[in-house]
Parts: sequence; C-alpha cells; structure tokens
Amino acid sequence: MTTKQLALVIDLNVCVGCHACVTSCKGWNNDGAAGPLSDQNPYGADPTGTFFNRVQTFEVGEFPNTETVHFPKSCLHCEDPPCVPVCPTGASYKRAEDGIVLVDYDKCIGCKYCSWACPYGAREVDQEQKVMKKCTLCVDRIYDPKLPEAERKPACVLACPTSARLFGDIHDPASDASRAIREQGGYALMPEWGTHPANHYLPRRKTEKRLHPDELERHDNPLKVDGLLPRPAPDEPALDDVTSW
Amino acid sequence: MRPAWSVLLLTTLIGAGQGLFLALFGAEVFGMGGSTLFVPGAAAALALLGAGLVASFFHLGRPERAWRSAAKWRTSWLSREVIVLPAFMAVVLAWGVAHKLGEPTLALGTAGVVLALALFVCTGMIYACLPFLQEWRTPLTIVNFALLGSASGLTAAAALAAWLHAPLARPFVAAALAVGALAYLGRLAALARNTRLRPKSTLATAIGVKHPRIVQIAQGAMGGSFNTREFFHRRPREAVRAVRWALLVLVFPVPALVLLSGKYSAPVLGAAFILQYAGLLAERWYFFAEAKHPQNLYYQAIA
Ligand code: SF4
Ligand code: SF4
Repeated sequence: MTTKQLALVIDLNVCVGCHACVTSCKGWNNDGAAGPLSDQNPYGADPTGTFFNRVQTFEVGEFPNTETVHFPKSCLHCEDPPCVPVCPTGASYKRAEDGIVLVDYDKCIGCKYCSWACPYGAREVDQEQKVMKKCTLCVDRIYDPKLPEAERKPACVLACPTSARLFGDIHDPASDASRAIREQGGYALMPEWGTHPANHYLPRRKTEKRLHPDELERHDNPLKVDGLLPRPAPDEPALDDVTSW
Repeated sequence: MRPAWSVLLLTTLIGAGQGLFLALFGAEVFGMGGSTLFVPGAAAALALLGAGLVASFFHLGRPERAWRSAAKWRTSWLSREVIVLPAFMAVVLAWGVAHKLGEPTLALGTAGVVLALALFVCTGMIYACLPFLQEWRTPLTIVNFALLGSASGLTAAAALAAWLHAPLARPFVAAALAVGALAYLGRLAALARNTRLRPKSTLATAIGVKHPRIVQIAQGAMGGSFNTREFFHRRPREAVRAVRWALLVLVFPVPALVLLSGKYSAPVLGAAFILQYAGLLAERWYFFAEAKHPQNLYYQAIA
C-alpha cells in the first residue's frame, strides 16, 4: 500500500454532463504517439469509434421526484485488476511504480479476453488497429517535463469546467484525491467483485444553506457597539413598523 | 455475450478431437482395434483439432502475433490452452505415427490422455475463471466441456469403427450412449442452475447510487460501440428459445435414437455424429448467449 497508485476521483455532485472530458480525452489520445483512436463512419448514419472515456446519464427516482446523474466512465485502474492476469501475451499490465493499468499495443493480439474480464466495460477494441485500448491516465502527459507543472495532469482533468475530476495518488493520505475520498464519502464501483478500483466517485449530496442566528448578527462584534437596531417611536411614520424613515 | 463463430467452432471441434483420441486410446488399452483404425483415427482427430485451431485464429484481431500468446501461462488459462493444444496435437500425431510404424507404446497414449484432459480443463477454465460471468462460474462448465467433447468424440469413433473396424462399432456406440447421457445430465444441471441465478451487480452498485429505481438515459454514444457489439447477441427472445430447444433435442436425444437404431453402419453413425455436432454448436451458442456480462448494465439505453 505504500507504493504510488494514481487515480481519478470524480465528483458526481458537480459533473454537469458536458462531455468536455470525453472530447479532450479523444483529442489528446487521438494525436498521441500510440496512433489514432480510430472512428468508423464518423459522419455517417451509424457513427462509432474508440473512446477511453464516456459520459453516461442516468435518471434516479420516480417522476416527479427524479434526479439526473451524469456519470463519466473510464478504466478505474483497479488495484486488483482482473483484466491483467487473463491476458495471454502480457500486453495488459499494471505498472508497479504508479499503479496505472496499460496495454502494450505492440504485443496485443486482439483476443478480447481482457475485455471479458473487466466488469466495467472499460476496454474497447480499436476497429482499425485491431488491438485493445483503454484509458492510460494520460501517461504520456503526466510525467512530461516539457509541460508546466500544473499541466502534468490527464487531459480530462484539465478540461473539466466544474472541476469534477481530481487526479492524484490515492495511497498518499495527504493528496487532494485521498482527502476527497476520505472526507466526502468517496466510493468504488461494483465493490462486489473485489477489484478494488483505484478511481473513486464522490456521491451526490444535498446542497442547502442553513442560516443560524449568529450568522445574522455580527458575531464577533468588532467595535463592541453592535446592538439591537433602534425602534421607531410609536408616533413616527414607519415603513414596516420596525424601520423609521 | 455475443457468440463468436470462431470460438464456437474452436471449442466444439477440439472437444470432438480430444474425445475421439480418448475413445481410440481407450480401445487400445482394452486390447481392441489395430492400426487399421488407429492410424486413420489419429488423422481424423488431428483434422478436428487442426480445424479448431484454424478457427481460433479468426477470433484474433492480430493473428500474425498469435505466437505471443504462450507468454503468460503462469496466470492465463488462455495462454495455457494455447500451449496445451499444439502439445496435444503433437502427441496425437506421434501416437498415430507409432501405430503406422507398428511400434505403439502406451506411454505416448498416456501422455495424450493427460494432455487431452488438461486441454478440457484449460478450455473450461477460460470461461469458469471469470467471477462475474456467473453463468460460467461453476465446475459444471469444465465438466460439461469434457463430457460433451468426449461424447461427440465417441460418436465419431463409432462411425469410424463401423467403416474401418466393424467389431468395435458396438462398444463405441454403447460408450457414446453412456457418456452422452452423462453429458446431457450435466448440461441440464447447468441450465437449471443458471435459470436460478440472481445477478450480483445491479445499476445501484454499477453507479453507486443507492436507489431501487435507476434508468439509463444515455450511454455516451449513439451509434453503438465495442461494448454494445461484443457483449450483446441482439437476437430476439424466440431465436434464443429455439436454439435452447435445438440444444435440448440435438445434443443427446436425437443422436441417441440414431445410435439405438441398431444399424452399425458408417453412414448411420456418421449421421449421428453430424446431428450431435450440430447440437453442440447450438449448445455452445446458447452457452455464450445465456451469459450476462455486468458491463451490460452500463449499456441499456442509447439516448
Ligand atoms: S476498470 Fe476494467 S480495464 Fe480498468 S483495471 Fe479495472 S478491470 Fe481492468
Ligand atoms: S486483447 Fe490484447 S490486451 Fe487483451 S487479453 Fe488479448 S492480448 Fe491481452
């Protein structure tokens, strides 16, 4: 547990379902050194293609008490990834140094067995290259010394307009990602299969503002002169019986 | 899951090839038969195994790299199968050649038995080792691959014997009936088990919202994706039911009637094998179609 495990923490409370992470992911990884993420028939009737990241939408509850949940889904970089040991070639592997699960496109034979072994449907075969593809956590970005420090993050994290995506080492208890998981009820998907996904999700929560009396008064009373407002004399004209002209 | 023809052919053809070899070697152990049967028999088994191997290449996106798949035998049942299948074929070849040369040894045949059984285990475990494909996650998967393969191999052996070595046709038919009946029981048990399965994953665990009513509105793509193509068979319910009937009738009852007809001629027994093989294709199709992958939860509605 001491080694690094990079991961995304996705806040479903603030995701607005804009798909900015999808397009920025496609953009970055389409132009990457590993070759394009191919599309088939992109402008035709049945467009399809390979994506690392998809935003799905779910409706929770019964009308009229429904809630819309936008749900970005990509490889969760499981700590115990079932997709890795089944791969016959070793093309699928989990990096010891940072926990990223990767596919070596030069070794993959396109047998699709690993996609059967992922309960989340996070892997997709590229129809053109005929090899298995999946999220790399932008491994070709996050260590790039030519980029300014602040930009060494996955493309989706930088693109998200609501900052719904946190990126960090979830084995470092002081990282933003770890703190968010700890303090905001972060959870894993399909915990029943023991895959221990590294990516976590933050739940939707009630957002309401409660006002306490001490927030209406100047609680600390800096000049020591705050008191009750003077009441108008009974014979004076008043707007609302409280405030005098 | 979507049944892929390459995998249906691979698993049924090599199963029959393994069964045929086991039948022939069984006869040899009991001191029956001779090279007039064993040499063409080994060739037939090799033909079945080879055809299965060829079919498997059509499953690969990059068949030219297939040699790489022997690398991870320590962790991957698929890798183990990739090693055991050619090893088994080599031993069957050697066994046939030894009979051709008139110098048969039991050691070769015994090695063949070990490899044939190991191959059944590898093939079955490829499916049975995936915990969340609950329909496959049972020892019955391996048992049925072995029994169904053996039954079809015995039927093939009976047809071959009727043609090449008549006295053996009758015992092979008896064995095919016995093993076929067992295989049928095993398959019925698996069917019964799977109708009672309750999926462990639900939309609530899939997206982590603890509400009993969740419906998908959009899946992030409108023209389908790998996920919609690979994991759904997209056949109407009636078609699936028809295949289930085909499996129930053709895997054992119909070929058994033919075997019981008392006609020990090659065309009749050959017809029994073809009927049974068709049943096995239906059986394997249903095996895949029946399995519901949890990823399907994320692909319920297009938009
Ligand atoms: S989400 Fe799927 S592909 Fe990614 S590591 Fe986990 S099992 Fe493997
Ligand atoms: S598709 Fe490629 S990465 Fe996946 S199991 Fe097969 S060889 Fe390994």
